[in-house]
Order: sequence, then C-alpha cells, then structure tokens
Amino acid sequence: MNSSATARLTTRHLAAAPGAPRLLADWYATGRPAALADHLGRHGPPPVAAAVGGRGSMPLVEAVEAAGLSGRGGAGFPTARKLRAVAERRGRAVVVVNAMESEPASRKDQFLLHVAPHLVLDGAVLAAAAVGADTVHVCLPRDRSAQYRRLSAALDERRRARVDRVRLRLHALPHAYVSSESTSLVRWLNGGPARPQGSPPRTHERGVGRRPTLVNNAETLAHLALIARHGPDWFRREGTPDEPGTTLVTVSGAVAAPGVLEVALGTPLATVLDHAQGPAQPLRALLLGGFAGTWLPAAHQDTPLTRRDLAPLGAAPGAGVLIAVAGPVCGLTETARMLAYLAAHSARQCGPCHLGLPAVADDFAALAAGRADPGLLSRLRRRTGLLADRGACRHPDGAARLVASALHTFPDDVGHHLTRGACPAAHQPPRIPVPPATPPERWR
Amino acid sequence: MSRPRTLRIDRITCTGQGLCAELLPELIALDEWGYPVLKDRTVPDRLRTHARRAVAACPRLALHSDRGRP
Repeated sequence: MNSSATARLTTRHLAAAPGAPRLLADWYATGRPAALADHLGRHGPPPVAAAVGGRGSMPLVEAVEAAGLSGRGGAGFPTARKLRAVAERRGRAVVVVNAMESEPASRKDQFLLHVAPHLVLDGAVLAAAAVGADTVHVCLPRDRSAQYRRLSAALDERRRARVDRVRLRLHALPHAYVSSESTSLVRWLNGGPARPQGSPPRTHERGVGRRPTLVNNAETLAHLALIARHGPDWFRREGTPDEPGTTLVTVSGAVAAPGVLEVALGTPLATVLDHAQGPAQPLRALLLGGFAGTWLPAAHQDTPLTRRDLAPLGAAPGAGVLIAVAGPVCGLTETARMLAYLAAHSARQCGPCHLGLPAVADDFAALAAGRADPGLLSRLRRRTGLLADRGACRHPDGAARLVASALHTFPDDVGHHLTRGACPAAHQPPRIPVPPATPPERWR
Repeated sequence: MSRPRTLRIDRITCTGQGLCAELLPELIALDEWGYPVLKDRTVPDRLRTHARRAVAACPRLALHSDRGRP
C-alpha cells in the first residue's frame, strides 16, 4: 500500500523471471523502471492508426477478441465485448484506467505502473482509438502520492514527446475498498462520491459526462498494448486455449519471497507458490482473490489458475491475489479480521450490505473469539446467504464468499471454537496484514 | 402472450419500507432489517397485477418490473 512496500517488491524482483514474462519482460531485462525512451526503443510508438480501421471494421477489437483477453481487475469479463459495446455507441467516448487497486493484499497494478507505466498508457491510448475516445482518465487512490508523482512525470514525458493525440488526465481519488468499483470511478469523475452506482444506465451507455465510457483495469490495458503490437496468435502462445495469456499475481503470506509475479494462466497454484519460494512449513490453506476471495484447503493447491478449473471450487483467479497460510494458524481469526475491514468499508448505501455485513462480521468475530452462542452458526449461515446479489455492487458478495469458504476450509477450527472456545492458534499474532477497520473518511 | 417481466430492486434507493413484501408476498420476503429478499425475479402471469401494484406502491420508487431479461 505505501511506497516502502512497493520498494521492497522492486528490489527483490531482480531475482528470477518465472516462465516467459511479457508485461514484466523489460523489468527483468534491465532491473529498472522503463522511461519513455526505453519503452519506445523497445516497443516503438503505440500502433494507433492500425487500431482504428475503416468503416465497419474494428481491427484492434477483433484482435483482442481473437486473443481472448479477459479483464484482469477481478471480474474477468471479455475485454473485446466491453470495447465493442462502447465503440458501437454514438458520440465521443471516454476511457478510464482503473489503477485503484483497493484490495489490501494486491500490489500488481502498483508494481506494473511503477516498472512499465508506458505499457499501461499505450493500452489506454490504443483502447481510446479503438472506441473513438478523445480523453483518457487515469484513476489512482489519493494516498499513493509517490505513485501519483511518478505517473504524472510519465504523462509529462509523453506530452513533451507528442506521443498521443488524446488527452490524458491523472486523478487522485479517495481510497476506500469499494472506490475501485468501475461505477465509483465514473461517479467521482462526474463530480459525485467515489461510491458504486449500481443501477442503469450502464457505464458503456452513459458514463463520464454522459458519454459512452470504457473502464479497464491497468493490467488489462497493458496486455492490450502488446496484443496491438504482436497479434492474437502471439498472445495465445501462453496460457490455456480457453484462457490465454499471462497474468500478474501478488503472492504473500507464508512464502520466503512475497511479491508480484507474472505467470501463464493455467499455472498450478503450487507452482506459483514455488516461484515465490514456497511455504517453509506444510501449507494449511490458500486465500485466492484477497479479502473478497475464497479460501481453498491445501489439498487444492495443484489446481490450475484458470476460471474454468477454479469455478467448481467456488473460486476464481480474481485480481490474482494468492495468500499462503501455513503452520499453526487460526483460519477463523484471520477471516474475522478481514471481515471487520470489509464491513467498515461498506459504502453504506444499500441496507443489506450496510446492516447485514457488520452483523455477519460480528457473528464471525464471536465465533473466532470462541464465544459463540448456540444459535450462532445457523444465524451466520442465514445472514451470509442473504448478502449475495443484494447490493448495488459486489462488495457484499465478496464478503459472503470469504465467510462461506472459511467455514468450509477450516471445519476443525469451527468445531473447536464452537465446543471448546478459541483454539490455541487464535492467540497467535495475525498472519494476514489487515488495514484498520475504520470507515473511509471521505468519498469525494 | 406478452413478454415475461422480471423484478429489480434499486438497492441504493430502497430504505426498507416493506410495502412490496406486503403486496407481493409470493415473490418478496423481508430480511431481519426489513429489506426485501427476492424469492423469484420472474413474475408469473397470474401475479402480474399484484406485481404492478407493488411497483406502484413503493414510496421510494425503488421496485421496478423490467420487460424480459432476468
């Protein structure tokens, strides 16, 4: 989250490149962030003219479709469909780069923007050409001032070199968990609070300034910039036929070398952990997707990192957060702390989230503390079941996933806490760092 | 035969007044805080009139009945 965390990642990453990196290739080759000259020397200018095409043809959209690129911000939506939806609307469009990365255990967008800012910006400019946009808004959280300064310098470099025809604007938004939701960005850019909007019209129909708006995660745009240069066949050389390409993952927890890695989709989770120099003690469980993600028992560590392979486990690659938990650790205590954070970060707009999420977090905290009343487990399950699909955004759904998967992954802990009070490991210091569970101060 | 209708709740606008559950208990229940739980989004033909009344009765205009898409 802070710049020291990013710096740690930076130095350590000179060690080794797992597989064939793409987004991070320059970083592994040089060990320093790519300035505009480095970037242009290696990749050339963004092929904007080739992206636009003529009447009825959309070459870049078609290339992205053939490449099978899906969003890397968490939802995994097909990028080409998003591009097409915006391109087909009338009027000048707007592109928004979502670099909010509010998930506390994720660092991949911060890292990517640090080492390859121009790859992300190229992607935004190319996407703008493809959908007919004249403006690109780059959205960062307000408390990452070092990142803001660096990116601001990168934008200045591009302006001086006259690389782009579109306007590029940098914005610093309030940093709350739900402020990274795409409708939160649009609402903030329109002068409102950085809280999810939810109801129609959809962003692609009427977004920033009532114009058709494309919102993409920073990493997704960097992949798009490479597809525009190397084509879909090149992109499909990594990954699986259904889910091609590479993806950035942030590995943390019980591994010797936590950090951001680029791996091919389809890489088994255990191999990803090996790249981060693995768990020193026997693995107990994995948290995939971060705070709004899914706990997986260690037995599933050979599952390939794809939507298709993870779906039967109720999990998804999400934004590529992988947290390893090993040794004596109480899964319930760790989960309770994350839930308290998620509850505090409700936008307080929708009743089921505003009231339901703290109630679930309180129930879970009681379970973790070993002071469960006889009705707790059934109440917790009922309340958790009422979180999903009842909000303007997917924040409550994510919390529900965390709860359900924790109960499923740590049945022994649940049994111990219900019958004999908190397990010994519950008194250990926390393993997963959780920011203070205080509500965001500002939404504007 | 007209197209089926589906219920949608604007969750930000809804303040849990609860009239919808009173007028359309077949499809809408309330949670412990009085906020609606959709038992089924699809409105069967026999409940069309009731659904229309529930939509019209919401003091927050938070209940919608959309044509088609679930």
